[in-house]
Amino acid sequence: MRFVEEYRDPALMRGIADAIVRRATRRWTIMEVCGGQTHAIVEHGIDQLLDPAVELLHGPGCPVCVTPLETLDRAAALAEEAGAIVCTFGDMLRVPGTRGDLFSVRARGGAVRVVYAPLDAARLAERTPDRAVVFLAVGFETTAPAVATAARWARARGLGNFFLLVSHVRVPPALEAIASAEDTRVEAFLAAGHVCTVMGTAEYEPIARRHRLPIVATGFEPVDILEGVALAVEQLEAGETGVSIQYRRAVRPAGNPAARAILDEVFEIADRPWRGIGVVPGGGFALRSAYHALDAERAFPLLAARAPVTEPAACRAGDVLRGALRPPECPAFGRACTPEHPLGAPMVSTEGACAAYYRWRGAEACA
Amino acid sequence: MCLAVPGQVESLHDDAGLRMARIDFGGVYKTVCVETLADVAPGAWVLVHAGVALQLLDAEAAAESLRLLAEAARLGPTP
Repeated sequence: MRFVEEYRDPALMRGIADAIVRRATRRWTIMEVCGGQTHAIVEHGIDQLLDPAVELLHGPGCPVCVTPLETLDRAAALAEEAGAIVCTFGDMLRVPGTRGDLFSVRARGGAVRVVYAPLDAARLAERTPDRAVVFLAVGFETTAPAVATAARWARARGLGNFFLLVSHVRVPPALEAIASAEDTRVEAFLAAGHVCTVMGTAEYEPIARRHRLPIVATGFEPVDILEGVALAVEQLEAGETGVSIQYRRAVRPAGNPAARAILDEVFEIADRPWRGIGVVPGGGFALRSAYHALDAERAFPLLAARAPVTEPAACRAGDVLRGALRPPECPAFGRACTPEHPLGAPMVSTEGACAAYYRWRGAEACA
Repeated sequence: MCLAVPGQVESLHDDAGLRMARIDFGGVYKTVCVETLADVAPGAWVLVHAGVALQLLDAEAAAESLRLLAEAARLGPTP
C-alpha cells in the first residue's frame, strides 16, 4: 500500500540504524510516546538494531491503557443497570474492569457494541430512538475530532438519545509530567505522529525549552521511527534542543486547523485521571457547556452515586506507562498476567507495551 | 488506537448534512467523513482514523524524505 510499504524496507532500516550507531558517541535514552510506535519497535526489533547506541523507553501513549477502571465500570453500569446500548472501539472490550470486561457484560445480557467510527454510534441512536446509545469515548487528540464530529452531528439532528462517556486524554501534559519527574531518564521524546497531525507541534515547544529536550514528531512505520531516532540523536550529539518533524507527509506545524476547530467547538481542556498515573492537570478533554446535554455523566444519575474504586495492586501498569519498568521486568509478566488473563490494560490493548513484548518476544522476554 | 490508514479519495458526496468521501484503501473501499478537511478533491491522498480524515498526505514531502533517507543510509560516514 502506498505511503506504507516503502517505510518497511529492511535494507533502509538497517542503513539508518547503522548510521545512528556510528553517529552516537554515548548511549542516549529516548522515549517513544505512542503505543503504536512501541509495537512497531518490538515487532521489527528496532531496539535491538539500535543497541548499544540508544535505549528506547516506552511511554504512556496507549489511550486504552490509561482509561481509568472507574470509567470501564461506569460503561458496564450504563449497559447493565441503565439499559443503554454502549458502543466503543474494539480494543476496549477486553480491558478488565472491577466485575470483568465489557465482553462479560455482553455475556450477562448487556448491550455492548463495537463500532469503527463514533459517527456509527450516532447513526445507531438515530435508528433506535427508543433506546439510549452511549459512546465510550476514549483516545488521544487523534481520536477526539472523530468524536467531536459525531457530537456536532447528533446535536444538529436534535438526537435526544445519544450520549458520550468522555475519557479523552491529551499528550502534552503527560510528557510534561514525565519530563518533570525527579528520576526521569528521558533525554528526548519521539512525539506521537497522528496526535501532531491534528494538533501540530506548537504545544511541545515550551516542554522542549523548559526541559532542554529534543522532541521529534514521528510516524509509525519502522523507517519513520528510525528516522525520528536519527533526528533526535543528531540534536543530542550537537547539544541542541527543540521541536522537529520527522513525519512530514502527515504533520504540518499548525496541525489540521479544520479538525482543531471542530475539536475546540465541542471540547475544552480539563483535568483527567490517567489509569496508573493519577490525575494529570489539563490531561484531557471534557464537553463544553453547549454539549452538556450529550454528557452521560450528567444524563444518568446512577453514575453520580457510585463509590470510588481501587486498582489491583499486583498490576504495575503505572510504572510501565511512565517508562520506569520494562514489561518483562514485572513479576506478573507472562505468569499471573497474560493476554488471556490480563491484570491490566497494557497486556490486552493492541497498543499496550506488555502486549507488545508478550506477542513479539514471548518466551524470549520471559527468560 | 492512534492508527491511521492512508487512502485515495474516489468521490465526494453529502449524507445527512455531513461531507463524506468514498476512499480507496488499496482496493478496499470505505466511506469516511471529510468535515475535518478544509479542502479536498477526488484523487487526493488522505489519512483516515476512526471514520474521519485527519489530514491530506503530502506526496512531495514523502518522496523527498525517502530520497534523502536512502542517500543517508547508503552514504553514512564510515567508522
